[in-house]
Amino acid sequence: MSNAPTDRRYAKSHEWIKDEGDGSLTIGITDHAQELLGDLVFVDLPEVGQSLDAGGDCAVVESVKAASDVYSPVSGEVIAINEALDGAPETINEDAFGEGWMFKVKASDMAELDGLLDAEGYDALVAEEE
Amino acid sequence: MIYDHSRKGRRATAQAPLEKPELSGIPAEMVRTSRPNLPEVSEMQAVRHFTRLSQKNFSIDTHFYPLGSCTMKYNPRACNTLASLPGLLARHPLAPDTHSQGFMACLYELQEILKTVTGMHAVSLSPAAGAQGEFAGVAMIRAYHDARGDDQRTEILVPDAAHGTNPASAVMCGYKTREIPTGADGDIDVEALQAALGPQTAGIMLTNPSTVGVFERRIEEIASMVHHAGGLLYYDGANLNAILGKVRPGDMGFDVIHMNLHKTFSTPHGGGGPGAGPVGVSERLEPYLPVPMVDYDGHDYRWLSEKDRPDTIGRLSAFAGNAGVLLRAYVYARLLGREGMHRVSEFSTLNANYLLKRLMEAGFDAAYPERRASHEFILTLKKQAKELDVNTMDFAKRLLDYGVHAPTTYFPLLVPECLLVEPTESEAKEELDQFVDIMRTIKQEAESQPDLVKQAPHTMPVKRLDDVRAARELDLAWKGS
Amino acid sequence: MPFIPHTEDDIQEMLETIGVDSIDDLFDEIPTELRCGELQEIPPGLPEMEVASLMQSRARTDGQPLCFIGAGAYDHHIPAAVWELTTRGEFYTAYTPYQAEASQGTLQLLYEYQSMMTGLMAMDVSNASLYDGASALAEAVLMAVRGNRKSKSKRILVPKNLHPHYRRVAHSIVRNQQIELVEVAYDKSTGQVDMADLESHAGEDYAALVIPQPNFFGVLEQTDALTDWAHQNGMLAIAVVNPLAMSLLKPAGEWGGQGADICCGEGQPLGAPLASGGPYFGFLCCTDKLVRQMPGRIIGKTVDMDGKPGYALTLQAREQHIRRSKATSNICTNQGLMVTAATIHMAIMGAEGLQRVAATSHANTQKLSEALSSLPGVEPLFSGAVFHEQVMKLPIETANALRMLAAHNVLGGFDLQDDYPELGDAVLVCATELRSDEDIENYRGKLERVIQSQVQTPCQLKPDW
Repeated sequence: MSNAPTDRRYAKSHEWIKDEGDGSLTIGITDHAQELLGDLVFVDLPEVGQSLDAGGDCAVVESVKAASDVYSPVSGEVIAINEALDGAPETINEDAFGEGWMFKVKASDMAELDGLLDAEGYDALVAEEE
Repeated sequence: MIYDHSRKGRRATAQAPLEKPELSGIPAEMVRTSRPNLPEVSEMQAVRHFTRLSQKNFSIDTHFYPLGSCTMKYNPRACNTLASLPGLLARHPLAPDTHSQGFMACLYELQEILKTVTGMHAVSLSPAAGAQGEFAGVAMIRAYHDARGDDQRTEILVPDAAHGTNPASAVMCGYKTREIPTGADGDIDVEALQAALGPQTAGIMLTNPSTVGVFERRIEEIASMVHHAGGLLYYDGANLNAILGKVRPGDMGFDVIHMNLHKTFSTPHGGGGPGAGPVGVSERLEPYLPVPMVDYDGHDYRWLSEKDRPDTIGRLSAFAGNAGVLLRAYVYARLLGREGMHRVSEFSTLNANYLLKRLMEAGFDAAYPERRASHEFILTLKKQAKELDVNTMDFAKRLLDYGVHAPTTYFPLLVPECLLVEPTESEAKEELDQFVDIMRTIKQEAESQPDLVKQAPHTMPVKRLDDVRAARELDLAWKGS
Repeated sequence: MPFIPHTEDDIQEMLETIGVDSIDDLFDEIPTELRCGELQEIPPGLPEMEVASLMQSRARTDGQPLCFIGAGAYDHHIPAAVWELTTRGEFYTAYTPYQAEASQGTLQLLYEYQSMMTGLMAMDVSNASLYDGASALAEAVLMAVRGNRKSKSKRILVPKNLHPHYRRVAHSIVRNQQIELVEVAYDKSTGQVDMADLESHAGEDYAALVIPQPNFFGVLEQTDALTDWAHQNGMLAIAVVNPLAMSLLKPAGEWGGQGADICCGEGQPLGAPLASGGPYFGFLCCTDKLVRQMPGRIIGKTVDMDGKPGYALTLQAREQHIRRSKATSNICTNQGLMVTAATIHMAIMGAEGLQRVAATSHANTQKLSEALSSLPGVEPLFSGAVFHEQVMKLPIETANALRMLAAHNVLGGFDLQDDYPELGDAVLVCATELRSDEDIENYRGKLERVIQSQVQTPCQLKPDW
């Protein structure tokens, strides 16, 4: 069972996205996703300035036995990355919804957020998978 | 570590020229000033160190090694001895044909034997390993479509149970891949295949018997569907041991195949290579075979290069691939001869079916109990994992304590908690019986003292290793103390 | 039955357990119409003594001529201990170390190999090997295209004086990914990379420059200048080197201001016999920054549950068995056994031993060059300094000369006609530490007679001396 925070939205591919209210959106992977992957050993982040398409792969999270693409839930431009993850990928295991954020984007179309799941919808998806 | 024995100024003087001549004519700025960080040890220290290292390995020569999909059968010593005759070891790869007739005769005859046993039209021996054979095979499929101007074919189909190299090889040839699901009976889902086929289909990569250890029964129908859509069929020879001399990929309708000589033709696995991955093709792909190849005009043998074969996909190694491995396979083929070929599949299949039956009687679950095993089979330890909280990895590690190399674990991914077991034809019945006894014992241990199994192995040089640390805190080379 | 231990009783008992009447029944899922009959074209099996006699006769057929060919494969002494140990069953018949606890021998050996290679090349990281030098270059090219974050280019600059087979192999392997190898000319007088031609590519977008040391002509390159030029132009520097030469020459990791980014090549000079071209092994080293772009197996040192040091496959998420279509390469195994030999070879030889071999090979090639130059019309073609190979100009048709020498059991070198027709009659020769003064004199004497016989033949063009 998952307990997704209600202050953000979710993609079916297990990313969360949070509107910071200052024109930026923060993106990471969910606690459920990190649990499936196990101990993370490496995170490959996009570059600042890179432009992203909604649903396009833009980052990779690696555990010992798996590597998983991270897809951007919205289109836009990367304005910041979480450099602290370099050398400390376990932060995502420890705090996927907080300190384990991955990157921030400036969205080109905020309406894309509407197509994403809310916390309840995401919890239901996870329950279904289990 | 070998470096632990290193002392400045110590050396194995018998092994090098007596002197180090002055370098004449080489500009000073090109000369190395730093001392290479190599150990300085005596010859005996090296011999003792590496002998001791070897003793930390499981191997076919020392242990039962039922590693599924890898065909760990006996590697006859004659193959090594006869491929290592001084004349063969000394032959330079660019020696003229006049000084190569003996060597080329072996290669040519091996080409012919492989052609016959696979039912293909022509064979090139040059790929250095199975993965390079796969690359060559898909590259030929691409060359065929390109030559016809058929450039809309952008997709290679692979079963979801396929070995990871299949999609990786397809991508190296510039293709996208699409996965085809496997049905509940272990055969490919033919309806899903039909739906996936189209004008974008360049081909399909199949293993038969498949990676789930059963024969793809509707292979003729699949071949005709793919051909009808304009695609070609690629045969991954990983499991050729199961059907050698019984049924031929060429007769099943495959257009291109690779063989793993380190599996089916018993060349050594060498701790992970060298292998050899010759490719065979149907007539329409013949022009694209990789070079070099050996030709024979009834009198002399000669190399065929890019000049003779202008449509070739090209060269994959600097010289002629893993020549020494090819010679070992040739010796093996001559020792077996035509009667020996089908015995390989007969006895590997007999051993697998016997072992499966006995393990089922001992309370283990087959992943496909209704199916005939090929030369290998899959057990699923789902029940044990759920009821006893002892998983496949724990079983695998505990097997090591009993002196058996673990079968392949967690492959193919679609069977939960799986063990892929391939006993091979070279194991005697009593070895298989002993394996059953060991598996039964581990099951009892899992029930009565699960921690013993969950913390296994207990008798190896090391216990379970910290993989996470290995990947997070990379230590990939000793850089000096 | 060769290599099958079953007795009649075993077979009967096993069939009864399975519940079938015959072995043939076990193939009942294969459609009958597909089954093949006897494979008459395959010869019947032979006992070991007959196969032995066949192979001995085949090996004798090829003789053991005196070899002055290099061109990517070199005849060096291999200490007897190397293959005695390498063919121990525990190394020879093990497989990829999937079960780390039961493979510490192979794993530790590979870690020691990685340590020695990084030491020899002065690079940060080495993988556990690739198939051969040529395919290692192809993988280096793919790595550079993925790894150069400054460049989006799929073009690579490759000098024409790089081994022609390497250039062809790299092309065969990378072309389907629309990667283009762009040729850089060589200087006709020195044999080195033509700096003026290279300069014409300055400011253009390329992923990398390939830098051979020595190049195919045996000539040494200005590796500092070439590496710096690549970096100034936003390219990665890919070194293709002879590992033996690296014991004596400035190693790739020390080239120019920052060192080469990737270093690859043929490992054969480190303990692999000539053996008709394989198995050898390709080595591949890189900087720490590029390690995740590296293809192939990599071994890491770690600890076990009790904190005891141990070795394991690591960074596996790059590889095909996990990453499938997004893997760095399709490669699975490496050339484990050849690396076993190379590791033992390097341990026994040490830096001093390798340097003596390298320096003696250099000196012997100088002697050979001088001896052959004493013949009229024979001289070094390029002025650049060489390691242990040299291009010699001949006064007669090369193919013919080599044929006649071979008839007298001397392999006189590699004919450059096919790959470099612009060089005219030229041959690439090599004398390793194994070629004695008598061998060199033998070659000189025979070439002298060949030249005499040719220039006296009226149908031959008379040289201008």
